[in-house]
Amino acid sequence: MPPEQQTPMPQPEAAQHRSESKPRWTEHLHGLGPVIGLVLLCIGGTLLNSDFATVDNAMNVLTRTAFIGIIAVGMCFVIISGGIDLSVGSMAALIAGSVIMFINWAGPASGSPLMAVVMGAVLAVVLGALFGLAHGLLITKGRIEPFIVTLGTLGIFRAYLTYFADGGALTLDNDLSDLYAPVYYASLAGIPVPVWVFVIVAIIGGVILNRTAYGRYVQAIGSNEQVARYAAVDVDRVKILTYVLLGVCVGIATLLYVPRLGSASPTTGLLWELEAIAAVIVGGTALKGGAGSITGTVVGAILLSVISNILNLTSIISVYLNAAVQGFVIIIVAFLQRGRR
Amino acid sequence: MTSFTRRIALTAVAATALASLPALAAEKVNLGVSIPAATHSFMGGINYWANQAKKDLEKQHKDLKITIKTAANAPEQANQLQDLSTVTKINALVVFPFESAALTKPVAQVKAKGAYVTVVDRGLTDTSAQDAYVAGDNTAFGRIPAEYIAKQLGGKGNVVALRGIATTLDNERMDAFNAVLKNHPDIKLLDAKYANWNRDDAFKVTQDYLTRFKQIDAIWAADDDMAVGVLKAIEQAKRDDIKIVFGGAGAKGMVKTIMDGKDKRIGADVSYSPKFIYDAIKLTAEARLKGEKLPATTIIPSVLITKENAKDFYHPNSPF
Repeated sequence: MPPEQQTPMPQPEAAQHRSESKPRWTEHLHGLGPVIGLVLLCIGGTLLNSDFATVDNAMNVLTRTAFIGIIAVGMCFVIISGGIDLSVGSMAALIAGSVIMFINWAGPASGSPLMAVVMGAVLAVVLGALFGLAHGLLITKGRIEPFIVTLGTLGIFRAYLTYFADGGALTLDNDLSDLYAPVYYASLAGIPVPVWVFVIVAIIGGVILNRTAYGRYVQAIGSNEQVARYAAVDVDRVKILTYVLLGVCVGIATLLYVPRLGSASPTTGLLWELEAIAAVIVGGTALKGGAGSITGTVVGAILLSVISNILNLTSIISVYLNAAVQGFVIIIVAFLQRGRR
Repeated sequence: MTSFTRRIALTAVAATALASLPALAAEKVNLGVSIPAATHSFMGGINYWANQAKKDLEKQHKDLKITIKTAANAPEQANQLQDLSTVTKINALVVFPFESAALTKPVAQVKAKGAYVTVVDRGLTDTSAQDAYVAGDNTAFGRIPAEYIAKQLGGKGNVVALRGIATTLDNERMDAFNAVLKNHPDIKLLDAKYANWNRDDAFKVTQDYLTRFKQIDAIWAADDDMAVGVLKAIEQAKRDDIKIVFGGAGAKGMVKTIMDGKDKRIGADVSYSPKFIYDAIKLTAEARLKGEKLPATTIIPSVLITKENAKDFYHPNSPF
């Protein structure tokens, strides 16, 4: 974070600028950082490989972004409120494992495989909400730092999955897997289901953040919790809700994820927390909270998967350096973003 | 009793005591096993086979005690080695090092305290820290699939490869694979990308291969976990040009597919079974019980698994 963000000095100066000659477009320009980055990447991608700009490839990229993107929408709320959740990858893995075990059990037991799959999908969301609720309660009522709570559950969730899977993989029974597969593989109007869900989640997220009192409370708490408290905002309730919301997002992402490979193993969702946090930050949300945008988050998530897609479509850079390229792009986009809050 | 006879008696006692000492040391074996935690299927298999070895061997030999410790990272494993040495007081160790360089010193310390050390799979950077080394055959792991693919394709076709995580072990496999392809100039390796021994990454990398290359004859997934992601991506893209998907390591699901002949694309696999930890524990324990040593290096061969021999590699109870 550049120093001018923290020192109060340059702020009046910036305000002056805005009120004088340069109107709001400079501020908008900063918000365009991720969009500019994405456009540049796409141009680069097309130049490097003509297959990059095909509809199929775009759909592949958007579909694989859906998981991280949906989680990032929830993460955006948590980060804006000044919190963090490090456990989402482990949580997704544990939910995936639990859902698979449940469907495998309920399929034969209930006699209706379709019912089992539907109930499994509902279970994913319910589990996510419950885990989120537990986080929220520990953080607000238990007064433990979000970093610590979710660092703890990061280990707990994954350990339980490893335990349930006996160190191997939990796999959906074949017939049930075929029944569930369309949720990931089917398309509506030429657009894969996960992309639709991603779009819907993002729109709902945007509406909640910008058009509801709750959304405004989230931003107020992130920008100054004490002031929000004096303004009679029920800080604890709002905070708990942000974690529940994130949990629900993880649940939705997982119910889309399970039919992809039909299995969960201890490597499922590894480092998803960092990808989701990176998407939010690249999208222009300040890690210290207070302000942020869902659009930015969505663009950020897409940007991150476009990088790895381009790296896969080309072979100009040593494979050893893939992670470095991603790191550079994240830093460059964040640089284009600087100056916002 | 005269001082003379007393001296003789004492000498006799001392002699028996001395004589019985090495015998005692050879009889009672307190074996420590230090392995990485079960964070992915292969390590799940390692854990399963280590526990299986403890169960089987402790039943067979009443003078054998096995303590298994699992570590989530290299520093934790180093701590556990210390505990095994000072608290559990082991006199033999079978260790699957998390990292080669980081664990060389800690293992050397255990050896310096008198324990017999067998290192499994990932070697140490200084071999004087070990008494014996047991490993799978990584060269064969890369060579066998290349030979199989070349033969099946009749020496002509397009191949893509998925790699694991950037490590020397992965390089060894890739080099062996490339070395074979050198003899088949008409087989083209289009690209090799890292998919980190992970299904999700393999799915993405394969999707992108399929976008990029219009004709692929064979995919070397280089791991059975990654092969799962490869197959799903092929299915999704509805491509039927791929004739061979070759995994690796002999996971039970893949071996079952080969046994049943369920998928035309999966006709073979190469073994690299986590069972080698079982073999290492068994070899070490039995040699120490007899007071013997192991050969300096034991390579558990990687062999081609086909329909004919698949049942020898099928272990339905193992998580891998």
